[in-house]
Amino acid sequence: MYTLPSKLKFFAIILMVIGALGIVTGFLSTPSNTEEVKEILASSHDDGHQVEATHTESYDSQSHDENTHHDDSHYEHVLHQLQNRPWSSLYIASFLFFMISLGVLAFYAIQIASQAGWSPVLFRVMEGITSYLIPGGIIMLILIGLSAFHFNHLFVWADPEVVAHDKIIQGKSGWLNSWGVLVRAIIFIGGWVAYRQISLKLSRKQDEATDGKWFKKSFKISAGFLVFFIYTESVMSWDWLMSFDPHWFSTLFGWYVFAGMVVCGITTIALVTITLKAQGYLEYVNDSHIHDLAKFMFGFSIFWTYLWFSQFMLIWYANIPEEVTYFVTRIEDFKLPFFGMVVLNFIFPILVLMNSDYKRVNWFVIISGIVIIIGHYVDLFVMVMPGTVGTSWYFGISELSSVIFFLGLFIYVVFTALTKAPLLAKGNPFLKESKNFHY
Amino acid sequence: MASKVIHALYSDDDILLQAVKKVREKHYHIEEVYTPFPVHGLEKAMGLADTRIAITSFLYGLVGLSVAVWMMNFIMIQDWPQDIGGKPSFSYLENMPAFVPVMFELTVFFAAHLMVITFYMRSRLWPFKKAENPDVRTTDDHFLMVIDTENNDVEKASSFLIETGATEVSLIDKKDDH
Repeated sequence: MYTLPSKLKFFAIILMVIGALGIVTGFLSTPSNTEEVKEILASSHDDGHQVEATHTESYDSQSHDENTHHDDSHYEHVLHQLQNRPWSSLYIASFLFFMISLGVLAFYAIQIASQAGWSPVLFRVMEGITSYLIPGGIIMLILIGLSAFHFNHLFVWADPEVVAHDKIIQGKSGWLNSWGVLVRAIIFIGGWVAYRQISLKLSRKQDEATDGKWFKKSFKISAGFLVFFIYTESVMSWDWLMSFDPHWFSTLFGWYVFAGMVVCGITTIALVTITLKAQGYLEYVNDSHIHDLAKFMFGFSIFWTYLWFSQFMLIWYANIPEEVTYFVTRIEDFKLPFFGMVVLNFIFPILVLMNSDYKRVNWFVIISGIVIIIGHYVDLFVMVMPGTVGTSWYFGISELSSVIFFLGLFIYVVFTALTKAPLLAKGNPFLKESKNFHY
Repeated sequence: MASKVIHALYSDDDILLQAVKKVREKHYHIEEVYTPFPVHGLEKAMGLADTRIAITSFLYGLVGLSVAVWMMNFIMIQDWPQDIGGKPSFSYLENMPAFVPVMFELTVFFAAHLMVITFYMRSRLWPFKKAENPDVRTTDDHFLMVIDTENNDVEKASSFLIETGATEVSLIDKKDDH
């Protein structure tokens, strides 16, 4: 049995406290009226903060010619963007860690449904990581509920005033409405959590079993879950991420989000496994298992890039105004994160993890894993921020402390869950093969 | 020059693998092992150096990538600029996304084909090559270990090989013409 080191627990709690303080600071420091926005813009002018500076400059040159009405509406626009910022940061960080546990859940289901022989020694690690699905899912539900009912302004389509003047959103409102999104979110999260709880129970029961009865049951349920998952995951990505730009759509968006989710999940399995090994547990996990995880990290990084590029190239080539606006915004206002994430998510992993020997060196896997997760944070940032914060984006206290808070929560929940059961799923019929696995 | 070699035949891959380990422990020199199928772990047991084909594959991939960049630049930008979908056709960089699939395909194409050809050359396989296989049974269900006699006592070596599980041991004159 695993016991949670008090240092790790303390570390996780410190992260949560610091993160929570930062989140509150972020919310308190948002401007509440246009006067404060003017001050912020003026001071950021002095700092030479590029994005906002150029923004105000271009605005300044315009404002001389145009009337004062435009003046106010512009500041109001920036005010809404700045008010969205702490919400968006919270949303991105919350989704990042939720998506990690969901990716691990899907990977776990694939392992069982494919009767994989190499991975059963890692099952308890995966089950530990998916335990975050419950707290993470509840937080996501709250955030989605608040956004869908226009408590904050994250979803443009949730604003009745905007919808009244927007034919395109009106046309989509049969699907994209507050109750629809919330009810679907409840069904999806409910379904995922239900599978997680059932498969966990079956896995524990299998520990004591003399035959493969519970594993067979788990196999059937996992296969069914994968069908449920791939539909719900796709719809979830439209509801939770694509709807930040409600005019725009992409048919491979679900796959794109899925690729990012799975690569983050596998990376986290590798990171947690290496951490546990460093603490002296998981003695039956050898470097061939790490090697295989690193291969998956490498492969899914390329898969993610493939989808990222496929989405980009088709839209770039066709150049249809209503589609291409998505990338025009991102390349004009988010140039560094937009292209930076391709470096983090593709070029770095492909160069570091290409060599077969490096995949078995733990610190190589850790470094590339951390880079991959940062890269996918940036990926989410570029999905969410342009639709909510626009040109007023910045990586500051709100963003950083949201990540720190959810990282702390994630570490706390996952490592606490790991103490709940033996780290070896000893009843699994493929356990011997997994223990003897070598490359 | 050692003109004689010992041929030891085995009928099972596990026994062969154990035998290879034992023979190497006794410091006999294994010249070659012929098997009807790849035996997992055999190259490690024989102490062969790791393959370098992955490195050549990487380099060939780079060659393919460069050829693709050069080729698309020549075809689409220099030689006969074309207006496709209203894209400006006089700049490679601005058209680059359209060429990425070609770059990818040629990288894979070069890496794969040149790697296979390299493998054939390195294994000294080319068209009309006469088979080097010393015993046709190794193409069916037998495994053959070829051991240098060097200055070893052939009798002792043979009885040792039979101990390791060889079903048949014979002394063969080495042909130098291949």
